[in-house]
Amino acid sequence: MLNNSPYLLKPASVSSVMLRVLAALIPGVVAYVWFFGSAVLVQLAIASVAAVAGEAVMLSLRNKPVWLFVSDGSALVTAWLIALTFSPIVPWWLMVVAVLFAIVVVKHLFGGLGQNPFNPAMAAFCLMIVAYPQLMSQWPAVGFTDFAAQWQAIFGERSLDALVTATPLDYLRTQLHTADARATVAGVLGSGATFGNIGGKGWEWVAAGYLAGGLWLVQQRIITWHIPAAFLAMMAAASGLAHLVSPEQFAGAVFHTFTGGAMLGAFFIATDPVSGATTPRGKLIYAAGIALLTWIIRSFGAYPDGIAFATLLMNICVPLIDRSTQPPVFGHKKGRP
Amino acid sequence: MRRLFNFHGGVKPPTHKTESNREPIAAAPLFAEYVVPLHQSIGGTPQPLVKAGDLVLKGQRIGEADGNMSSAVHAPTSGVVKAVEMRTAAHSSGLSTLSVVIEADGRDQWCELKPLDWRSLPPAQVREHLQNAGVVGLGGAVFPSHLKVNPGKQGHLDTLVINGAECEPFITCDDMQMRERGDTVVKGAAILRDLTQARQVLIGIENNKPEAIAAMKATVKALGVERIEIVPIPTRYPAGGAKQLIRVLTGIEVPHGHRSTDYGVQCFNSGTAAAIYDALELGKPLISRIVTVAGNVDKPRNYEVLFGTAMKDMIALVGPKPDADRVIMGGPMMGYRMPNDAVPVVKATNCILVGSAALFPPPPPEMPCIRCGECAKACPADLAPFELYWFSKAKIFGKAQEYHLFDCIECGCCAFVCPSRIPLVDYYRFAKSEIWARERDNSAADTARRRYEFRLEREEREKREKAAKLAAKAAETKAKLAAAEAAAASGDTTAPTPPPGADDAKKALIAAAMAKAQAQKAAAAPANTAALTAEQQAQVKEIEARRAEVEAAVAQAAKTAKPEAKPDAE
Repeated sequence: MLNNSPYLLKPASVSSVMLRVLAALIPGVVAYVWFFGSAVLVQLAIASVAAVAGEAVMLSLRNKPVWLFVSDGSALVTAWLIALTFSPIVPWWLMVVAVLFAIVVVKHLFGGLGQNPFNPAMAAFCLMIVAYPQLMSQWPAVGFTDFAAQWQAIFGERSLDALVTATPLDYLRTQLHTADARATVAGVLGSGATFGNIGGKGWEWVAAGYLAGGLWLVQQRIITWHIPAAFLAMMAAASGLAHLVSPEQFAGAVFHTFTGGAMLGAFFIATDPVSGATTPRGKLIYAAGIALLTWIIRSFGAYPDGIAFATLLMNICVPLIDRSTQPPVFGHKKGRP
Repeated sequence: MRRLFNFHGGVKPPTHKTESNREPIAAAPLFAEYVVPLHQSIGGTPQPLVKAGDLVLKGQRIGEADGNMSSAVHAPTSGVVKAVEMRTAAHSSGLSTLSVVIEADGRDQWCELKPLDWRSLPPAQVREHLQNAGVVGLGGAVFPSHLKVNPGKQGHLDTLVINGAECEPFITCDDMQMRERGDTVVKGAAILRDLTQARQVLIGIENNKPEAIAAMKATVKALGVERIEIVPIPTRYPAGGAKQLIRVLTGIEVPHGHRSTDYGVQCFNSGTAAAIYDALELGKPLISRIVTVAGNVDKPRNYEVLFGTAMKDMIALVGPKPDADRVIMGGPMMGYRMPNDAVPVVKATNCILVGSAALFPPPPPEMPCIRCGECAKACPADLAPFELYWFSKAKIFGKAQEYHLFDCIECGCCAFVCPSRIPLVDYYRFAKSEIWARERDNSAADTARRRYEFRLEREEREKREKAAKLAAKAAETKAKLAAAEAAAASGDTTAPTPPPGADDAKKALIAAAMAKAQAQKAAAAPANTAALTAEQQAQVKEIEARRAEVEAAVAQAAKTAKPEAKPDAE
């Protein structure tokens, strides 16, 4: 092939982008392991192996260079996001099915890297929470870090009753909506071991880890500030406003931003470039949309967390958002001479 | 401190400037042969003024500008014209171009130089002189300068920008010229200031050239020229793009397809300013330029090189390294790979860049676009390069144009930052050339269609005129008949012809008209109707249809003639 200018290229690659995203997840993972045990590491391993295997098989079926694409690291990012959004004690086969669905169906059947209109990890989450709602909502209680028991839960047949609990979001929702007509947010949050200082007990630290890693990604210029800022601002605004209006029914801004998948969503899920909006204004609209939908699903919906559904819904809007938010080009800006 | 403006995007590639700017500019030695292409600027190819066997002097015009958008070409040295023939052009296409091959006689004897008293001459004459002196933009775009020496619609410019930014890596020819020969640049800028009646002249230089900035400031001070300011600007590629530099210095964004003079600004390269000084004050035509010879060579350096010098002769002077594998004209960001190293140095050659696999490694395999948006962040034209990439790749050219494909200046920033290593600029070049080709095809088809329609219209008009003539004739006859009848009715027996009945007269007219039409039809019908193409047959049919209309018109004319006669007939 004739090689044309430019002849100088910046040393950048898709793999370096993906590897830095993985690195940015590590603080959150460390907090996760600290509070909830090593099960999540097992899940990360299962998901990684399944993702790489699925990716390699699909690439060879599609006659693509296997090593080139496997080494880009994008499958690992998908795998890690699935492992981190699922309960760490889901059975191993559920994790494998979810990862394969993400890689094979959502990614490769749509054309592979760069072509998927939907976020693969979130599509897998939606499929699994619809297909296995029971298994998907059993989470280890904070502090229950018995690795043997967790291992049993993942690979064995043992009943999980002893160690499972609901997530803080799920618990709050169930309490408010079903358990007791007189329940208030303050009452529920103050009631049990599930809740910590600002979010879910333990979970708030995991969220802080994701926040730290996410800020590093912004500093590394892997992501821009637009999506996380718009996501968190909208989440805080929607929940804060509702909390002001009816504090008994709605949890406040800090709780919502530090609970569930909010931080992970703001910095790692909504920022997926392939399925997300690309223009600066478009990113703001896109991320704010996800946050608003997430809060609505959390507050009024039937599922404990709404990030996955919200993300898919906003994925659909991306072409429209991008088309209508193209920034003016050089020489065509209003208000400039 | 002057307020500077920012342009969006841009990149900071390694500059590689210090390799070639430590040695002073050297004069290239005289070589035995010069191959001077006639087409060295944007616009028409100059007409050769010499033929094989002619003796030429240094600076003698050998190619005359072909039309206004063209610029003359001159002999770089004295000698004999060996041939005027097709030679490989200094262009990545590898195509040939009409060139004058001159065998140097070694005397390097100048022709008579005629400086121009430009201050007292009308602008049109100054422009003509510049065109005949072959002065074109030396920043690389080689746009004929005489077309730009123009105060614009308002009669004067606000700001004249002299581009000494030189943002491309490796290239230091403007840097060295400003350091060593800053006086000619400043004097040229002053001439341009007067010719364009500019309120101010801003000479923009990237701040990675402190020596040039200092030298130019000292020159401006020493010469005591007014309204000329040296402005250091931040180093960021492509700050030396004309539009980007105008933006940085004035805040004005000149949109694609608009003249900068409409916005009261104009931009010349610093080397062009010096060439304009040489052409007007010294009478020297443009026969050489400063060229950076750099890259994968032992002694990178700037040379004053005569046009027509083979690039390989220049490369031999600086000692190419053994792994040198290609010659690029221009810089690594926007330069063009030459088909071989024997092509001549031309007016556009600001740099001869010797490449190698080590210096410019072949790009890693292209990956799919992940829409990361790095390209959009780097684009100095505020485009969405990845969207343009999708549309260009899918050949959705309408959409590509909707996303301002033609605002792309091909600076290469997008490809430079792309983590997927997509040769983005190649896709835009492809899309642009496809669109141009389609527009050419369309305009050819349009011309053909217009010609065809014009012919049809002409034929129709002729028919109409004929019909009108016939009708007039018929009316006349009718009137005559009526007059005769009237005469008969009034008992006037001196009428020249016996008056037939009115109905008979009408019938006779129609019959006459039909007979005539029949005769025309017979005359028009060619003998070889069988050999006609479908299109021709369609034409014949159409003409016949119109003929029927004509006949009807004749009949109508006869009818309308009737009422006039009727009262008398009754």
